[in-house]
Amino acid sequence: MIRLEDTSGSAVAAAIAEERRRIGSPATGMVLTMLVLADEESQSDATSAAVSAARQHPMRILTLIPRSGKETRLDAEIAVAGEDGPGEVAVLRLRGELANFGNSVAVPLLLPDTPVVAFWPHNAPPVPADDLIGRHAQRRITDLAAEPDPVAALARRKAGYRPGDTDLAWTRLTPWRSALAGALDQPLGQVTSASVFAEDSNASAVLLATWLNKCLHVTVDLVSSSGPGITEVRLETHEGALTLSRPVGDKAMLSRPGAPDSSVALPRRELASLLAEDLRRLDTDEVYGEVIASVSI
Amino acid sequence: MSPLRHLTSPANPLRNPLDQRLPHVAGPCGMVLFGVTGDLSRKKVMPAIYDLYNRGLLPPRFALTGFARRDWETQDFAQIVHDSVREHSRTPFNEDTWKQMAEGIRFVAGDLGDADAYIRLAETVRDLDRDRGTGGNHAFYLSIPPGLFPVVLQHLKGAGLADDSANSWRRVVIEKPFGHDLASAQELNRIVNEVFATTSVFRIDHYLGKETVQNILAVRFANSMYEPLWNSNYVDNVQITMAEDIGIGGRASYYDGIGAARDVIQNHLLQLLALTTMEEPLSFNADDVRAEKVKVLRAIQLPRELGKHTSRGQYSAGYQGGIPVKGYLEEEGINPESLTETFAAMRVDIDNRRWAGVPFYLRTGKRLGRRVTEVAVVFKRAPHLPFTKTAVQELGNNAFVFRIQPDEGITVRFGSKVPNTSDFQVRDVTMDFGYGDSFVDASPEAYERLILDVLLGDPPLFPQNAEVDLAWDILDPVLEYWATHGKPDQYVSGGWGPHSSYEMLARDGRVWRRP
Repeated sequence: MIRLEDTSGSAVAAAIAEERRRIGSPATGMVLTMLVLADEESQSDATSAAVSAARQHPMRILTLIPRSGKETRLDAEIAVAGEDGPGEVAVLRLRGELANFGNSVAVPLLLPDTPVVAFWPHNAPPVPADDLIGRHAQRRITDLAAEPDPVAALARRKAGYRPGDTDLAWTRLTPWRSALAGALDQPLGQVTSASVFAEDSNASAVLLATWLNKCLHVTVDLVSSSGPGITEVRLETHEGALTLSRPVGDKAMLSRPGAPDSSVALPRRELASLLAEDLRRLDTDEVYGEVIASVSI
Repeated sequence: MSPLRHLTSPANPLRNPLDQRLPHVAGPCGMVLFGVTGDLSRKKVMPAIYDLYNRGLLPPRFALTGFARRDWETQDFAQIVHDSVREHSRTPFNEDTWKQMAEGIRFVAGDLGDADAYIRLAETVRDLDRDRGTGGNHAFYLSIPPGLFPVVLQHLKGAGLADDSANSWRRVVIEKPFGHDLASAQELNRIVNEVFATTSVFRIDHYLGKETVQNILAVRFANSMYEPLWNSNYVDNVQITMAEDIGIGGRASYYDGIGAARDVIQNHLLQLLALTTMEEPLSFNADDVRAEKVKVLRAIQLPRELGKHTSRGQYSAGYQGGIPVKGYLEEEGINPESLTETFAAMRVDIDNRRWAGVPFYLRTGKRLGRRVTEVAVVFKRAPHLPFTKTAVQELGNNAFVFRIQPDEGITVRFGSKVPNTSDFQVRDVTMDFGYGDSFVDASPEAYERLILDVLLGDPPLFPQNAEVDLAWDILDPVLEYWATHGKPDQYVSGGWGPHSSYEMLARDGRVWRRP
């Protein structure tokens, strides 16, 4: 790790290139730049999750932390491809007035001609695409579950949605949605109604109910349960109910009319694995766009 | 997602072609494995099934049934699968996942020729449909010598195991070799097609499942900067090499009488050649890709004088990477008079507008310098070089190389000015793209992709009758010529093949790249 105090964006870029050359791999196959927009409290977890995701998506990670203070200056900590993974990381502390001009620090550090992703571990701006730094990113990742009132934040997310936004509350649903879609690969009678059981103020549950409503064109009830998270999805048909339930742990039980019950792995995933999924495709997640637009709160 | 994957929009309301997050998971189904004790089953097939299961790409209630002439119970077979998974799986071993998969393992003991055993197998399959919900969908993986196909296929038919219905499918998976010449390949097709429809037959050529092989089509047809050069105006020659550093190992009984050309050129190298030279397909669905491959394979011409434009050899004793090794004729189980070649090289031409006049050199061999597979497109030199002769004397031909394995990726070779010299000098440099550097996640085993495609019924990556027949049609005259003219040249282990292979290129005024 290299520390640079009272430095500049281009000095950081030069230090990264120098470090690359020193360890003998000047040519890098990095596919994107990730901007982690965090505070001191959240930066450590968010950065290490990004470093871990970089194993699947080699990338340059720039963690920008605004700090208050009288003196205006930039401090940086740099680490380049090592045991932690193939990516490179710069943790940048923007002190004083510079906190409002993170933009100027980030721009010279963006890898040329490759996508930029912005990630707010919490405290996402009302319109991420209009954010001073967010506007450089094709993909903007937020996390409703990290907001103090996720359902209220959902309304803001809907209002501030621009194509290219995604939220980890949606990413967390992929195993549920995949298991449900898999269950419906075998013909099942007409679904007449559906319910999602989840603990209160769970944004993922609202998104799941909205998605089911959009796909199946039936009323979807959101039923309060004691959690954790989403505990059950129930699809009513004329032949009986299909249920996918996960009362505890990582294993869910799928039961459908006329077939033996089966267990389905529905693991609760770490932040790193969620980020890795989100980075797999960097084009607009159109299904999320449709779902967030249809959320009614 | 594979560039070859053709997604249809299913009737499931929760599936949406725009929904890129949901993985393509196989529907309810099971697989019956013949030849459970073979190397391939234990090292490739079983681990690939576990890896797919572990990645959530197989249905939770997937069933795997072993069939063999062994005095085993289901738990004995489950132990074999367990051991093979522990030793060879790519993804980490997870006890819970394994337990769940093991619940779907069955074993049927019986002789391949015993009709009663197939009736027991049919019962097992029916029980699985009932207890495990496999929905009548079953794939039969024949990891057995092709000589045994007729008896197994006839018994599968006899026991009603090959009968599909409107709502369920039955498929058969076979491995190379697909015959040993055109006549035997056609006979094999006839035998298989008597029992399974052409669309239900999946021939595994594991090369076609490799990400790097599929990437040939992505690089050619998704980019604009290569295709304009991809023709005889710019290309001088193309060299396709598959070299192994090992000898025949324990495969004497399989290898002797087959040889390098049948083992590798007929399938892998001609498929690589087809992917490198075919025209752009209308779409990436199976029929359109195959149509273009068949067209270019049909345009392949052999040289008139086979003796001058082919080469074959046998490795002789020597040192391989510092270790003393035996010659082919001294290997255990090999007839000391054997005429089987362990090295084969040949020139072919493609008679169409794009490629007329460009020689294609194919070579494969055992006990060569290192293990490498690559497709090298070598370009013509610039028509005029406005430099002094000394400035460019170290400059070679530009080249574009698909590195298929190992170190998967692409190398581009071109000339660049040497800095800080008193005189102006241009020398070759390379630019490398490493698949593993940019896509760390993207290396599932070829068998995973292919087995999943079998279960999804997605056929683009599997060669069909026409391609197999055409490949034999190309190779048969060479094999006949070799059979009646002399014997293979000896070459020293650890090098790059017999002298005759260098002469073969020298006649055309060219040299082999050292891969």
